[in-house]
Amino acid sequence: MSQQVASTAFMALLRRDFLLAYRRRAELLQPLAFLLVVTTLFPLGVGPSPQLLASIAPGVIWIAALLATVLSLDSLFRSDYEDGTLEQMVMSGQPLALIALARTVAHWLVAGLPIVLLSPLLAMWMNLPDEGMSILIETLIIGTPVLSLIGAIGGALTVSLKRGGQLLSLLVFPLYVPLLILATGAVNAAVVGLPYTAQLTWMFAGLIVALTLAPFATAAALKLSLS
Amino acid sequence: MSGYLIPWVWAIFIVGTAIGLYLGLVVAPIDYQQGVTVRIMYLHVPSAWMSMMIYGFMAIMGFIALVWRIRMMEVLVISSAPIGAAFTMIALITGSLWGRPMWGTFWVWDARLTSELVLLFLYFGVIALYKAYDEPRKAARAASLLSIVGAFNLPIIYFSVVWWNTLHQGSSFTGDGPGIHPSMLWPLLIMATTMKFFYGANLLSRARLTLLKQDHRKRWVQDLLSEESSK
Repeated sequence: MSQQVASTAFMALLRRDFLLAYRRRAELLQPLAFLLVVTTLFPLGVGPSPQLLASIAPGVIWIAALLATVLSLDSLFRSDYEDGTLEQMVMSGQPLALIALARTVAHWLVAGLPIVLLSPLLAMWMNLPDEGMSILIETLIIGTPVLSLIGAIGGALTVSLKRGGQLLSLLVFPLYVPLLILATGAVNAAVVGLPYTAQLTWMFAGLIVALTLAPFATAAALKLSLS
Repeated sequence: MSGYLIPWVWAIFIVGTAIGLYLGLVVAPIDYQQGVTVRIMYLHVPSAWMSMMIYGFMAIMGFIALVWRIRMMEVLVISSAPIGAAFTMIALITGSLWGRPMWGTFWVWDARLTSELVLLFLYFGVIALYKAYDEPRKAARAASLLSIVGAFNLPIIYFSVVWWNTLHQGSSFTGDGPGIHPSMLWPLLIMATTMKFFYGANLLSRARLTLLKQDHRKRWVQDLLSEESSK
């Protein structure tokens, strides 16, 4: 019974978040536009040489994805915090970790998934060899949920602060280091024809650990921010 | 209690450091490859150990602070962070001073260097988060939570970076192989121990100050102050 209630609450939250995202479409596009602009800056900054671009492509795309995610994280809980919805969610009696997970899933679907969908275009711009293309998309599919999950902890910790944005990036970027290393390592290995399964399985392990633990940390941080 | 302890811990630190530095800088032999620069090790290695140990302590104390809501633990977490950050910086700076003549460069993106740098950023994050809140107890709890999350990540960061790139020599304390000569080992161990006393002394002093600041309007602080001024 209570399980059913919890899953209903989960779905209801997801639906609400989608509706909100759909009604603020312009806001949704901002991180994506940011992603495009940042990636464009690199060829302009380091020169258009195809070899050079190809060698830095995985790193550039991943770093741009990190920045775009962090940009969208600041608003993850903010509006709900400001109008009191977050307090109602805490009071609803549903497990807070579940609520945190629902919000994180919604965040990934509206902010993380578009990055994945956009990545082939970016890879083409950056002249990434074809061997790396599919593996880049795979790392992004596994990696962007982890970005959302870890980022949600930071978002929840800074939600009650007036200017949380810059602090948020200071908090979460160190935590993103392993992911960045593994993902770009996998793509680079694929480009030169080396096996990359190890990196992918490690990333997958990271995803599972983050999926099971991060919602609880986010819930604790939310409770703390509301106290 | 801590008031009686603090001078003693400081005293042990000063005496220990004097002995350790004497043994390390004067008595210990110079390395036949590294020359005099080997002496940087007596500051560098203990600082690096401390930087990691303090972060581990912060995570453990943060856990206790969050679970049992013990205020003293919150204060200890917050008081640890600047000390840990300072040790991390000392390790990084002495390391790059040593790296210049030895490796020919101040900085390389090597595994241990990078993970130490990331550790420094984690410390900065904890301190910045604490400073960002107005209410000290809430701030301390937020910082505790962050240090726990960071401690989970620290081994992962370390191993990912090792896998990424390694130049730094491995540990000399593996138990087998030639290892390290006693004349160099002793000053190192003394320095490592004495730095723990420094941490203890500094931590106690800082925690007292933080508590006094937080409670400066409360009765017991006012009583203390009037007692002090009537003497």
